[in-house]
Amino acid sequence: MTNQTTRNGTFAPMLALLGRDLRLSLASGGDSAMVVVFFVLAAILFPFGVGPESAVLTRIGSGVIWVTALLAVLLSVERLFLADYEDGSLELLALTPLPMEFLVLAKVAAHWLTTGLPLLVATPILGLLYHLPPAAFGPMILALMLGTPTLSLVGAIGSALTLGSRRGGVLLSLLVLPLYVPVLIFGTAVVDAAISGSGETAKTPIMILAALLLASLALAPWATAAAVRQALE
Amino acid sequence: MSGFEGRDLTCIRGGRLVFEGVNFAASPGQALLLRGPNGVGKSSLLRLMVGFLVPAAGTINWDGTPISSDRDAHGARSVYIGHLDALKLSLTGAQNLSFWARINGHGKDHVLAALERFGILHLADIPAQLMSAGQRKRLNLARLIAVPSPLWLMDEPVTSLDAEGSELIEDIMAVHLDAGGIVIAATHQDLLGNRATELRLTPVIGSEYGDLA
Repeated sequence: MTNQTTRNGTFAPMLALLGRDLRLSLASGGDSAMVVVFFVLAAILFPFGVGPESAVLTRIGSGVIWVTALLAVLLSVERLFLADYEDGSLELLALTPLPMEFLVLAKVAAHWLTTGLPLLVATPILGLLYHLPPAAFGPMILALMLGTPTLSLVGAIGSALTLGSRRGGVLLSLLVLPLYVPVLIFGTAVVDAAISGSGETAKTPIMILAALLLASLALAPWATAAAVRQALE
Repeated sequence: MSGFEGRDLTCIRGGRLVFEGVNFAASPGQALLLRGPNGVGKSSLLRLMVGFLVPAAGTINWDGTPISSDRDAHGARSVYIGHLDALKLSLTGAQNLSFWARINGHGKDHVLAALERFGILHLADIPAQLMSAGQRKRLNLARLIAVPSPLWLMDEPVTSLDAEGSELIEDIMAVHLDAGGIVIAATHQDLLGNRATELRLTPVIGSEYGDLA
């Protein structure tokens, strides 16, 4: 009984926040659409630079897709807490009975649903553009599915830490990009392994991506919540 | 000891002493008005009371328990009205208010009543973007009704309200006091007549140059 009430007491407010953020993101003229457009355009530019040889494109395809996805997430994560911070909502969110860690989780979930998920949807198109073999598509999507939530979670820490600082965006990239490197390395490793045709070797980097996701899921909300509290002082 | 009280509070912000040795007390049914010239620390004291700031010295107690021992519980018993209206401009009046009700664990039942009480029921379906500063302030104040809590902490609650709006908020505060609530407000207006006690903050001598860091 007590359990039931506490559970309702956590989920309903989290859903309220998630729903509000999704609604705001839809209402604000499609911030998430901009992220996807950036992702696709940036990835389309590379073939113009390196030439249309299909062997070269296949070789660099997964790397380009991962790097542009990472930059797209980085661009959008800067605003994760900023709007709430500037209009005073963040203070009031801190006063709700819901612990800050859960607020952070709800906001990150909304961020992933509005950026990471659309990126996943756009990825197959880029895969075709880069002549990725059909066998690589599945592993690529799986890797992005495991990797992009990690990018959102880690980005949230940087976003909260840079609240209230001028040039927050630059600082955010300096803080967060080094932490994105493991996701990038193992994310591309998944696709490379899938292209070279051995499903077994793709397994290890996928497991590592999953481990990175679980670790950041466990740690990032606490670090982010601490940084948000600091920003409110 | 029932009620809300603070003893010997010192506040330091950015290495600068804002105030020291401040005491306050408010029991249920009492209003406390924070007075003093601009920059004397009224807002800082309110932020200490909410728990955003931690006092450099001194304690703040609710019913004898320090508020720092359970921040979530203290947040749940207070409504804070700050300078910022905390509204999402693309959401309507009702959407804004019911979000705050829901995330604080309340149903939407009070939302329309709160809008009506503050005379902005006609703004329920209007995006906050199209509201005037006074209307936004009323919408922010409507949280007082939509999220019922005993402790009201308000920073300049009547700024940008018209005469009728100030009277309205005074009435609403009086009803809250009658019900055993506590109102603490930083204000330059005379609110609530003789029902309110005053706490006058005075500038710290030489604080502008005091090097405490």
